[in-house]
Amino acid sequence: MSAAAATFEAPVAGLGIDRRPGLVRLTGVELRKMIDTRAGFWLQLANLGLMIAFVVVGLIEADPQGRTFHDLTWMALGPAGSLLPVVGLLLVTSEWSQRTTVITFALVPRRTRVLVAKLSAGLIVSLVSLAAALAIGAVGTAVAGPSSDAAWSFPPVMLGQAVVFITTSMIMGLAFGAMILASAPAIVLYFLLPGGWAALSTISALEGPARWLDNAHSLPPMTEHALSAIEWARVGTTLALWVLLPAVIGVWRIRRSEVS
Amino acid sequence: MIESQNLTKRFGGRAVVDDVSFLVQPGTVTGFLGANGAGKTTTLRMLSGLSEPDAGQAFVLGGRYRDLPNPGRRVGILLDAAAQHAGRRGREALLVSAQMIGVDPRRVDALLELVGLDRSAARKRVRHYSLGMRQRLGLAHALLGDPQVLILDEPANGLDPPGMRWMRELLRDFADRGGTVLLSSHLLHEVEALADRLVIIDLGRIVAEGSLAELLAASGTLVVAPDEAGLRAALDAANLTARPSRDGGFIVDAEPEDVGRAALAGGVAVARIGPSGGSGLEQLFFDLTKPLEAVS
Repeated sequence: MSAAAATFEAPVAGLGIDRRPGLVRLTGVELRKMIDTRAGFWLQLANLGLMIAFVVVGLIEADPQGRTFHDLTWMALGPAGSLLPVVGLLLVTSEWSQRTTVITFALVPRRTRVLVAKLSAGLIVSLVSLAAALAIGAVGTAVAGPSSDAAWSFPPVMLGQAVVFITTSMIMGLAFGAMILASAPAIVLYFLLPGGWAALSTISALEGPARWLDNAHSLPPMTEHALSAIEWARVGTTLALWVLLPAVIGVWRIRRSEVS
Repeated sequence: MIESQNLTKRFGGRAVVDDVSFLVQPGTVTGFLGANGAGKTTTLRMLSGLSEPDAGQAFVLGGRYRDLPNPGRRVGILLDAAAQHAGRRGREALLVSAQMIGVDPRRVDALLELVGLDRSAARKRVRHYSLGMRQRLGLAHALLGDPQVLILDEPANGLDPPGMRWMRELLRDFADRGGTVLLSSHLLHEVEALADRLVIIDLGRIVAEGSLAELLAASGTLVVAPDEAGLRAALDAANLTARPSRDGGFIVDAEPEDVGRAALAGGVAVARIGPSGGSGLEQLFFDLTKPLEAVS
């Protein structure tokens, strides 16, 4: 076949079949991988179900003052903040535990491109979850039948904090997955390490620094009120420890690991 | 074209692949033969850009694999048929990769048919696949991008005899269209059935290389006599190197004529004499891999 013979010339980047898979396409692939297995599919559905369930419980249990658009939306974001990191974590670790890295990195040898695609896919899912939370919160508010328009207010600064809250949750999951590269240990450590740190911080000598590095201390205010400068600083230092550090270790490990 | 130039890989100070060089030309099916642990998979992984060599270089289609902009459309790789997400359906596994490398999803169904995975098999989750089905899925995956080069690690593993024949025809056809095939195996009869060239690796080093015919020709003379002790003495007297064949008689590193002369000089009646053919190659492979098997 002469056509086949002709194509034995060196491949030329950017032309026809030699076009490098773009980040949009790779992100699409990663989104697909999140839902095309049974575990992935049910995890996403569980996330949505829990968001709805939390708002329903909120409508029943919360005092009428709390049945506002803002508060109900944050109720919906609670379970998402716990489950989305697991989604992100598994998006990375399942490649290793299922050994699909052989396929993924053979098709895309530049491993950081795959990681960027996973990050983009994670951010998209976070933002879709936030949109879902807002929608569920809005439906909840309408059901509650607010007495005044004030119940519908959602300060933009709180929306900004919601974006930070939900995306950093996802990125922390991705980072832990990348750092540990095995599903079960990564999940255990994801929940254990920050908890362990919180336990340590009850020791009085450590209380000062702990406040700057403890998830349980520095992140919750983000869900309640507009943060002050010092609170933002605490969020920054905490995220540097629990998101940035594992992410750096993870990227380093993945780039140089032997794939088998 | 695939080229391995002095590839070396060490794990914990031990060279599992040691200065390995060979060339796989378009239009050929080359078998990469060696016992388990001989360094086949590590070499293939270096060729596929999944493992960084400690020394030497690997070239595919004239460049480094990692520099191919969209390698899935040029090189088909099957390194481990078990390396598929167990919870993903067979067809979906192919669709994911098709999306990744920009292949028309309709090609997936054509390939599933080509490798003999019917609709119900394609709908099953990979967890429920037999080894043979995984191999077929893996082969479909390797062919997904309509590549010019195939790198296959133990592709015949788990295939039944009709499956072997089918794979032989498929690879033959691929090579005849100008494709380059490198496949590994630890079983000589598989390589004999599938490949037309051989590269034999033992303990990380290349020990023999050539076309099947060349290696067969170089593999000595088989001589059989009822009086084995007499034959042995006659061969020793003529200074010929001989080793017992597994099927009786001796394989001698000499031309049949010289062996006949030695038998005549020793006055030994010979029952059979001629090129050793497959049994000599088998003996060669057996001898090469014997120390390792004895250890393990």
